[in-house]
Amino acid sequence: MLEHAHSRAAVAPTTIPASALHADARTAAWEGIARAAISGVVLLYLATVLVAPLVALASELTRVGLRAALNALLQPNALFALRMSLVLAAIAVTVNAVLGTLGALVIVRHRFIGRAWLSALADLPLAISPVMIGLSFLLLLGREGWLTPLFDHFGIKIMFAFPGLLIATLFVALPYTLREIVYVLEEIGTSEEEAAATLGASPWQIFWRVTLPNIRFGLAYGVLMTLSRSLGEFGAVLVLGGSISGQTQTATTFIHDAIEERQSAGAYGMAAVLAFTSVALLLTLSWAKRRRQAS
Amino acid sequence: MHIKVEHLCKRFGDFAAVDDVSFEVSDGSLVALLGPSGSGKSTILRILAGLESADSGQVWFDGEPATDLHARVRGVGFVFQHYALFRHLTVAQNIGFGLDVRRVEKSAVRKRVKELLALTGLSGLEQRYPSQLSGGQRQRVALARALAPEPKVLLLDEPFGAVDAKVREELRQWLRRLHDEVGVTSIFVTHDQEEAFSVSDRVLLVNHGRIEQNGTPMEILDDPATEFVARFVGEVNVFPATVRDDRAQSGALNVRIKGSAPSGLAHLVIRSYDLKLWREDPGVATVQRMVTFGDRVRVQALVDGAGPIIAHFPRRSSLLRGVEPGCRVQVEVTTARAYPAEASSLHPIAAT
Repeated sequence: MLEHAHSRAAVAPTTIPASALHADARTAAWEGIARAAISGVVLLYLATVLVAPLVALASELTRVGLRAALNALLQPNALFALRMSLVLAAIAVTVNAVLGTLGALVIVRHRFIGRAWLSALADLPLAISPVMIGLSFLLLLGREGWLTPLFDHFGIKIMFAFPGLLIATLFVALPYTLREIVYVLEEIGTSEEEAAATLGASPWQIFWRVTLPNIRFGLAYGVLMTLSRSLGEFGAVLVLGGSISGQTQTATTFIHDAIEERQSAGAYGMAAVLAFTSVALLLTLSWAKRRRQAS
Repeated sequence: MHIKVEHLCKRFGDFAAVDDVSFEVSDGSLVALLGPSGSGKSTILRILAGLESADSGQVWFDGEPATDLHARVRGVGFVFQHYALFRHLTVAQNIGFGLDVRRVEKSAVRKRVKELLALTGLSGLEQRYPSQLSGGQRQRVALARALAPEPKVLLLDEPFGAVDAKVREELRQWLRRLHDEVGVTSIFVTHDQEEAFSVSDRVLLVNHGRIEQNGTPMEILDDPATEFVARFVGEVNVFPATVRDDRAQSGALNVRIKGSAPSGLAHLVIRSYDLKLWREDPGVATVQRMVTFGDRVRVQALVDGAGPIIAHFPRRSSLLRGVEPGCRVQVEVTTARAYPAEASSLHPIAAT
């Protein structure tokens, strides 16, 4: 950076001494080499960390055989786990889209005591390891948990059942939609909403006709992030659900169990399905991001 | 619509944005709220629109209390500084918005939108989105959108602030013509004195949340009520001076003052075009700099015992014969005013 600033300064005068010209050419050459070296290191790192595992997965998959993998996926337990993951993700997306939008509106558009705290609290799931989250819920709802007598009284089973999986998924996916919409709302400001009010629109009309259209790409981005996060969750779902085959097993815990049981066809097959979904989501995400910036 | 505002106050924390403001705007007039940035003029406008609530004071529309009315039911058209057009709607949908939300029949909306497109010279652009328009076009869409529901009053917040100088001049002329055609009572906020004086019927000069003067452009130019007004309008010279009877003394300058000022310490305010100077030895001042702007010359001189003074002349003025940097000149002031000096501001003040 310093080198660069120096070369700029050398170019500024109208008459450039020959020595300065040479110095300039030398620094330019060094800059080129340094730039290439840095790009090389970064690319190598990305290739090792991101691309190599996917290539390894693909090659293992072909070694095991696509047909074997497909057969393993069509087993009832595998199908059940896949369906469970999709149902959980669908519920998490719906709940977080609605609550995330409302929560973002409250955080951005209203001034109240504890607003900054609420905003920071919403990021909690990003900061804590999912396994810890699972453990905390276990203390709350497990065999000796504080709230267990209450739910037992109503005969509701949470741990190692569907509600446990749902709580885990909702919790880890909570921040994504909220964060995204908070960001977009702060970006667009309030003047369009004020304009709508002076033109006679009711708060309801303002939300549907002005606010929602303005945040739609942010919302789409948040939904896609929520979807990919929900599908990929492992730790919290394992602790709270227990990965009981055919009952609380999800796609990710299925892979874990399949590896344990040396069922490589099933493990690689399911992993390939998740990887494929992730890539598709990634492409859609980058589209949503472009649209969000364009609007 | 006739507007009356009484004892309006609005504080933001410790800051008094609007401080006991009262004024009236007569039906059908075009009024400018003029003042430096942060003077509270936009806050006054937003209170009138119902976008901000006053801490105390009353607003009356045509004699009806409007202080507690929601923005939605005030019947006010508001044009925002940065237009605030709905970016996901076309020009036609933007203009029709105020009618759509009132559930006006589709065909009636289409007809009104067409009228406004013609009135604002936007015909042919109805299917464009705001991002596909120039600054001046966006401004006109914002105006058409505000006018569509036939508001009783039109409020404009720095309407020409965000367009370049040439377009701004065109839009000013156009706004004045539009106002004369539509006749809706309009109030606009500006920090640009030229804009205020060239467009409006009356000017309200705002400073520190207070109205310094309320008058026609001529009244404000010819009879500035306070030192702030005198200094805000045009380029002026200010000298610390001593007033006795109708004369003020500052160094080698001794001038007759217009109006009245109490005897004692004062600020002597002289507009840069309200004085003459010509070459004379010994005289009272030494010329320091001369700068030519097109058809005008700006002369800066140092008055003995008083400080720098700035004067404007036509370029070919015979008074300038022989005047050059370093020479001695005599100064004659045609119009000057004096305002009581506040103890805190007795030090010499550079001309603004």
